Amino acid sequence: MAHGHAHESNAKRIWFVFGLLSLVTIVEVILGIIKPESLYMTNVLGMNLLNWIFIILTLVKAYYIVWAFMHIEHETASLRWSVVASVVFLVIYLLFILLVEADYVFGVFKYGVIKWNF
Amino acid sequence: MDATITNVESNEKIWGGGNEPMGASYGKLMMWFFIVSDALTFSGFLAAYGFSRFKFIETWPLPDEVFTHFPFMHGVAAPMYYVALMTFILIFSSVTMVLAVDAGHQMKQRKVAFYMLLTIIGGLIFVGSQAWEWKNFIKGEYGAIETKGGSILQFVDASGKRLKLSDFAVQLPEDREQLKRSNGVWFMDEATLPTYSVEEVVAGFKANPNVLVRIETIYKGDEANKADKTLHPTLNKPKHKEILTREASEKRLETAVMVVEGANLKRNEYGNRLFADFFFFITGFHGFHVFSGVIINIIIFLNILLGTYERRGSYEMVEKVGLYWHFVDLVWVFVFTFFYLV
Repeated sequence: MAHGHAHESNAKRIWFVFGLLSLVTIVEVILGIIKPESLYMTNVLGMNLLNWIFIILTLVKAYYIVWAFMHIEHETASLRWSVVASVVFLVIYLLFILLVEADYVFGVFKYGVIKWNF
Repeated sequence: MDATITNVESNEKIWGGGNEPMGASYGKLMMWFFIVSDALTFSGFLAAYGFSRFKFIETWPLPDEVFTHFPFMHGVAAPMYYVALMTFILIFSSVTMVLAVDAGHQMKQRKVAFYMLLTIIGGLIFVGSQAWEWKNFIKGEYGAIETKGGSILQFVDASGKRLKLSDFAVQLPEDREQLKRSNGVWFMDEATLPTYSVEEVVAGFKANPNVLVRIETIYKGDEANKADKTLHPTLNKPKHKEILTREASEKRLETAVMVVEGANLKRNEYGNRLFADFFFFITGFHGFHVFSGVIINIIIFLNILLGTYERRGSYEMVEKVGLYWHFVDLVWVFVFTFFYLV
């Protein structure tokens, strides 16, 4: 196995990422508990700002887990992007279809003739 | 580009397994294949959860009202703290795993074994925590009434504080025995009976004029809400569940058909039925991954102790299970966000 980075320790990088992931989680929990009015009540693109922050912070965490812990930063670019790009593309595609459809179904329930919540 | 480059010395065994596409060994590449497909499976589940949630966006349960338990703090509402702790445990076990991989690169057997042991312990604590979370979710706390139309009615007092059924339900002199196989026809049985019957809850509601009904719909505070005479004039807050006036509460209770305590796959006291289904399914599937991860980690741990990888001259096996373990952590990060935060 010819590892370019073999024998050198990544311990410093690992602890840095651990600190970062912990910090992000702590920020998420604090925001989730106090729910600042200005963020929670402001809607951007159909969702409140607080939820957008949570989602962005989650993607930050996901990036560091995949890049640092799963060592994808040390893999060849072809492997890295075969894995990441396929998943990211398919997930965005799936979310787009399902969420748009769900929003439509919601409208059917809300404005349709049939009353369902009674 | 570098994926197509092969070393000169390994050229002769390209067709004998010497070729490594994308510079990764066969096992590692297969692990990535598995992770990609498993990631898409989990994405499918979470997207389906998003679908159902968007479909019932106005009535979906509010997570910080559901997950409020913390060990040894009975009755104290502590939303998020417990699940945040679980997240830390899993992230930390990910760290020990990556430290084990790192020690493996340096061929330090004892260090790898030590970090693997910590990883296994972290995984076990996480699975145990999840079991505890499930126990609370299944047991429930407040209890609710299901109406003929299948919606859930919860109860609050005059100040808007949640009431348990036991806080106001009366004990009526009625006796209803659970139908079991042992006391009926052998193939007939039914689910466990709730603590109170619908009649007892309704009688308790009538005897306590302070009790109000809270419905699943989330209060928006817009003009339509303000004009709605069935909503309580002072207790309602935006992004909280709607509380009805006493008259509307009475009227709503007329359609009560069932007492719901806790959660199962058919109904739950928190609100939409799909909520509990998705909770059980997604956290259950994730918990199953953690559990199998722990088993695989134990096997690898034993192999490390036996010196298998020392003799093989490479700790790549630790790296491969490490990939799986980090993937489990990655999935949890998303489950945490979409079940507990958003």
